[in-house]
Amino acid sequence: MANKRIDAPTGTATVGHEWDGIEELDTPLPRWWLWTFYLTILFAIGYVIAYPAIPMLHRGTVGMLGWSSRGALAKDMSAADMARQSSLERIAATDLDKLPANPDLLRQAVAGGSAAFKVNCVQCHGSGAAGSKGYPNLNDDDWLWGGDLKSIHTTLEHGIRQPGDDATRQSMMPGFEGMLDAGQMDAVAQHVLSLSRKAKPSPQGGQLFAQNCAACHGASGEGNRTLGAPRLNDAIWLYGGTKEDIVRQMIRPRMGVMPAWGGRLDPVTIKMLAAYVHSLGGGEQTPAMATVTSAEVGKVQAAPAGADTPAQTPNARK
Amino acid sequence: MQAETALTRVGIWFLVMLAMIVIAAGTTTQGFAIQAAMVGLLALAMMFVTASRFDPLGSARGFFRMPTTPSRYDDDPIRWGAIATLFWGMAGFLVGLVIALQLAFPWLNFEPYLNFGRLRPLHTSAVIFAFGGNALIASSYYVVQRTSRTTLAFPALARFVFWGYQLFIVLAASGYLLGITQSKEYAEPEWYVDWWLTIVWVCYLLVFGGTLLKRHEPHIYVANWFYLAFIITVAMLHIVNNLDMPISLFEPKSYPLFGGVQGALVQWWYGHNAVGFFLTAGFLAMMYYFVPKQAERPIYSYRLSIIHFWSLIFLYIWAGPHHLHYTALPDWAQTLGMVFSVMLWMPSWGGMINGLMTLNGAWDKVRTDPIIRMMVAALAFYGMSTFEGPMMSVKSVNSLSHYTNWTIGHVHSGALGWNGLITFATLYYLYPRLWKRKRMYSLRMINWHFWLATLGIVFYAASMWVAGVTQGLMWREYGPDGYLVNSFVDSVAAIHPMYVLRAFGGFLYLSGAVVMVYNVWMTLAGKLRDEAPMRDAAYDPELDRPLPAIPHTAVPAE
Repeated sequence: MANKRIDAPTGTATVGHEWDGIEELDTPLPRWWLWTFYLTILFAIGYVIAYPAIPMLHRGTVGMLGWSSRGALAKDMSAADMARQSSLERIAATDLDKLPANPDLLRQAVAGGSAAFKVNCVQCHGSGAAGSKGYPNLNDDDWLWGGDLKSIHTTLEHGIRQPGDDATRQSMMPGFEGMLDAGQMDAVAQHVLSLSRKAKPSPQGGQLFAQNCAACHGASGEGNRTLGAPRLNDAIWLYGGTKEDIVRQMIRPRMGVMPAWGGRLDPVTIKMLAAYVHSLGGGEQTPAMATVTSAEVGKVQAAPAGADTPAQTPNARK
Repeated sequence: MQAETALTRVGIWFLVMLAMIVIAAGTTTQGFAIQAAMVGLLALAMMFVTASRFDPLGSARGFFRMPTTPSRYDDDPIRWGAIATLFWGMAGFLVGLVIALQLAFPWLNFEPYLNFGRLRPLHTSAVIFAFGGNALIASSYYVVQRTSRTTLAFPALARFVFWGYQLFIVLAASGYLLGITQSKEYAEPEWYVDWWLTIVWVCYLLVFGGTLLKRHEPHIYVANWFYLAFIITVAMLHIVNNLDMPISLFEPKSYPLFGGVQGALVQWWYGHNAVGFFLTAGFLAMMYYFVPKQAERPIYSYRLSIIHFWSLIFLYIWAGPHHLHYTALPDWAQTLGMVFSVMLWMPSWGGMINGLMTLNGAWDKVRTDPIIRMMVAALAFYGMSTFEGPMMSVKSVNSLSHYTNWTIGHVHSGALGWNGLITFATLYYLYPRLWKRKRMYSLRMINWHFWLATLGIVFYAASMWVAGVTQGLMWREYGPDGYLVNSFVDSVAAIHPMYVLRAFGGFLYLSGAVVMVYNVWMTLAGKLRDEAPMRDAAYDPELDRPLPAIPHTAVPAE
């Protein structure tokens, strides 16, 4: 079937084969194609000489540049660490309470805390720290365990309801199933809602609340941070704000947990995380004295935002 | 005699059913029991079918209006393959659209059977192995007969390959939905499905190789080199990557021979060459036959086809490690994966050049012939992806692109653009010839399909490029204090609009395929749409036949 001919449109000879009507032209390899192919081969040879490439008996060749991916990573990481070194050292050396007095250092701590938050905290609290059902919003001034730098730091370091950590935040709400009947629970739920002006007051509920709930949640539902008992009069709900939600919480209380980061993150990172969370908008002044009356706490909470320097910076940033 | 044969067959089906009952009773895994029951029910159905001497294939042939006049070539399995290709293609595209929407709107995940994790391998296997695989098997049967001027060797085996392959697809796909997987990308089916595919694939090699051996042409046509490379290499890849030990013959679970980074390297040696030999070599084989046939022009360069075939085959097999840049894989292996990928650029482009330049002297047909237009677009997308691939294998580029949607965009510009369009073009060429129709029902609808598909690819690839680069840049963005600026979920939120646009692109692509299904259905029904004519390649049924035995060299083929 050697049937060579000149193909009219291209003026090229055919090879002379034919399969089911398909012929092939005897066109030479395109020059640019061939030379580019050679160039990629040359590049490959050069690259193989410069970088680790040829497997030998015990290990591969190391390449003339002495490059290794582990080495490159270590170099990058140590460069980044060096750049942050002085900042981290100063944060480590500064007492947490004194951090707000140094706005520049505070800004660096907040930046570092923000980065650590993105890696460790967003899974539960959300990338904007706004939380979701069951996971507290960290942007508001409603704190379960305290919103000053020291309290936030303690919560971070020891976690919430973490077995094996003696200093962890610990408390338990009893389940009221069997203690209150359905009608009574309904009345209590209505009273709880009335504390936030979301329902009409219920005298029966108020009475039951005083007997059963006020010990932890306070007579007017103001909460108790020592016990992590949530404030019930601010219309902020962790597990939902309908009457059904509240009744469900009485029957079978859900109580959140949070890891103790003390064993997982280094002290400076935890300090920076505390600064970051404190800066989100609801951060409070550290109480001046160890013994603070509830009236004073109320005053601190009611203080105008202008008095609260750390809270200012992130607000301005938003 | 007839009755005896029927009785033997019923007996065999009965034994199969019995074996399945034993497995279903012995296993503790529900999904495995269901699959055994499925095969058992199939065997039961086949018992009844054989016993009642009912001819289901015959009536199905009637349903699809397959020609009853005997073909000169053995076209029956090819007809079934052409239908299966389109059927699985629709399933694969539809599931693709569903999982694209699941990524954009997570509430569309329905646990547990229809969540993203189970549907994603269903999509990839449906489009690669079911749609692509059927296209390859059917077209290889078609091409090897024509270019060898002979009929298929082992006709019964050829049919077994087709139906056995469909069983493989159904077992694999239902396994994913039932939660049976060995969690290796593009190699998810468990050991028993792997074993079955191995049997089918070896038979495929026998049919294809046997047909080549009994050819009536002095030389083997280039398309068949590519088909052969595809069949042999896929067999090797499949077997090596699935070397594992079942924990019991009654359980679907198995443990692989290779672990850790060695397992990862074997997996990506397999994974990359599934792209190289399944989606590149196999589809280049289709290109090498159907482009010159539709363009009615000679292949541009015989020499180029030789050089690019051997360089492609030699270089591709080493490129897999570029999937494992910046991992625990030793640096030297990463380097080799990268440089072999870079060297692969020109050998890949050899196929594009040979395809496109075959249109020399016939470029006007891009304007007038919608099938040629589809082939040219397919080759253009092939060229783009095979440039993009070597570029992405360069480590500094890969450090930005890896783990981002750029990779997804890259894969789909190749899969939708190259594999999809060249398969559609091939099917449009095949249907009228296999069903002995004058032409497709409507050439203008092919044009519609072309534009819907092309627009869909543009939406898909562009949105995924933007999404990928956005992700890559956000992940490595540092603030002035030296801390990362974004959390992972920030980058997810940032690309949400791109996910929606991608789903829209997938929707366009799927709607193009719906147009095709209608067009094919009407063609099979024997209808011709009354429309302004467009160009199509001429077809002379008289020439489409095996060479008669030449009297003075009368050596019987078998």
